[in-house]
Amino acid sequence: MTAETLIASLQLSLPELVLAVGALILLMIGVFSGDKSVGTVTGLSVLLLIAVGALVVFKGVDGTAYAGAYRSDAFVRFMKLLALAGSIVALVLAIGHRRSEPDMRFEYPVLMVLATLGMMLMISANDIISLYLSLELQSLALYVVAAINRDSVKSTEAGLKYFVLGALSSGMLLYGMSLVYGFTGQTGFSEIAAALTAEHRSLGLVFGLVFVLAGIAFKISAVPFHMWTPDVYEGAPTPVTAFFSAAPKVAAMAILIHLVAVAFKPIVHDWQQILVFISIASMALGAFAAIGQTNIKRLMAYSSIGHMGYALVGIAAGNQEGISGVLLYLAIYSVMSLGAFACILAMRLKDGRAVEGTDDLAGLSKTNPVMALVLTLLMFSLAGIPPLAGFFAKYFVFMAAIKANLLTLAILGVLSSVVGCYYYLRIVKVMWFDDAKQEFSRPAGELKLIYGLSGLFVIGYLLIGGPLGAAAEAAARSFY
Amino acid sequence: MEIGISHYLTVSAILFVLGIFGIFLNRKNIIVILMSVELILLAVNINMVAFSTFLHDIAGQVFALFILTVAAAEAAIGLAILVVFYRNRGSIAVDDVNVMKG
Repeated sequence: MTAETLIASLQLSLPELVLAVGALILLMIGVFSGDKSVGTVTGLSVLLLIAVGALVVFKGVDGTAYAGAYRSDAFVRFMKLLALAGSIVALVLAIGHRRSEPDMRFEYPVLMVLATLGMMLMISANDIISLYLSLELQSLALYVVAAINRDSVKSTEAGLKYFVLGALSSGMLLYGMSLVYGFTGQTGFSEIAAALTAEHRSLGLVFGLVFVLAGIAFKISAVPFHMWTPDVYEGAPTPVTAFFSAAPKVAAMAILIHLVAVAFKPIVHDWQQILVFISIASMALGAFAAIGQTNIKRLMAYSSIGHMGYALVGIAAGNQEGISGVLLYLAIYSVMSLGAFACILAMRLKDGRAVEGTDDLAGLSKTNPVMALVLTLLMFSLAGIPPLAGFFAKYFVFMAAIKANLLTLAILGVLSSVVGCYYYLRIVKVMWFDDAKQEFSRPAGELKLIYGLSGLFVIGYLLIGGPLGAAAEAAARSFY
Repeated sequence: MEIGISHYLTVSAILFVLGIFGIFLNRKNIIVILMSVELILLAVNINMVAFSTFLHDIAGQVFALFILTVAAAEAAIGLAILVVFYRNRGSIAVDDVNVMKG
């Protein structure tokens, strides 16, 4: 590598470099000034992430770097902005949580920044080696974040479960990668695709593909690899759960799209049937298993499993409409999910105790009508009722599936979203028609801001959705 | 007998399956699960190095070195989480990881 190409590579990966150096500086600040610096470190982390977002927007150029291990294009920038936005909102949600519960240490924002760095690198990965290393950077940070409340049995158990199943999934992903490497002789995504078109695919390669998809299905919590999701969502502190529900899913979806739309593009029929199966199973499980849940964080976990199933519909379609539908889906889902978690964080009794039961929402329409209205809108939107944002998200992926002749998939998707309505509507019923037993304390300002904004987004999607849809379409064009 | 690529792949497949079974069939101790995870990663390394030699391509061996370093980091984090869990629960038996049902 000559000096010029090195400098070009460094320039292309400027956002990641800034984020990496910034994370180390934040760690220094935290270490040298101790636990009293949590507020400073959190604030600086938010500023750092915003600055990196600005770099991605204004300094973004297309190209590959580091001998093809890193790539940047419209798709990559769209996903990076989505992941950064998810991390920023999750950090802001943690501010008020820290005020009422002392379990947040300065390591928390630093680990979030490091996990975000891992996600950005995952999204940019263009080679199975860089893909694996960035995935591990993200996962190792997330394992610790799940167990961040180290005095709580639930949080440490969540961290332990997440670690064991995450390590298993990394192992499966790696085994698949080793087979893909062995049977193509290549590690770069486009080189793998070229090797696949040149020769006929072998059985070993299909095995590799199955293991790789299984490993990624773990990361996006798709059935049959979803077992960790409800426990980790319930056990981890609520701001951490909010974080888990948005940004890491975006990053894992980005690598899934990169793999199937670039590296495995020539063997579309092999991965398509796997994705169709995973998608149907996730949608069905998300719809049925959530019905009996009484803990709202567990309910959101099953909801996220279902929503990943819907997003996979778009990837399984394997056309440009499908990809842009998935991007739109992820953006809308992130907003809805972070808004719902802002409401869940606002479920705090007058004595400062946080509650998580769906029954605790009883009579919310009388005690806090604004929050009840926003949560109702978010639940309707998660259920996919027009004219809210969630409806359009589902509409575009299902249309892409119909265009790709996956009629069964689209029909099963619509049916399971009808079943899924039941448990979203049950929450609405509890809020509006049950009698209040208790009253929540006034929500913190930043929580009001975030759930207010997400409520406005889902109701005003018809007016403001145009530019977002255009951006998703432009991003999806990077592949075709 | 000539030892070819298929022998290496068979050994690595056996180690991989042992690792998977170690995680799912083990009902005793979480340390055994961590050992099984290491076994899986080592199976992958055998694969990588065997393919790399067979293909006369250095990338596989580079990948194997990366996997070794990441495995070390992963083991460190896993043991750290296990220690904080033990402090809270007073046990590292697999059956005791059951505060949440799922």
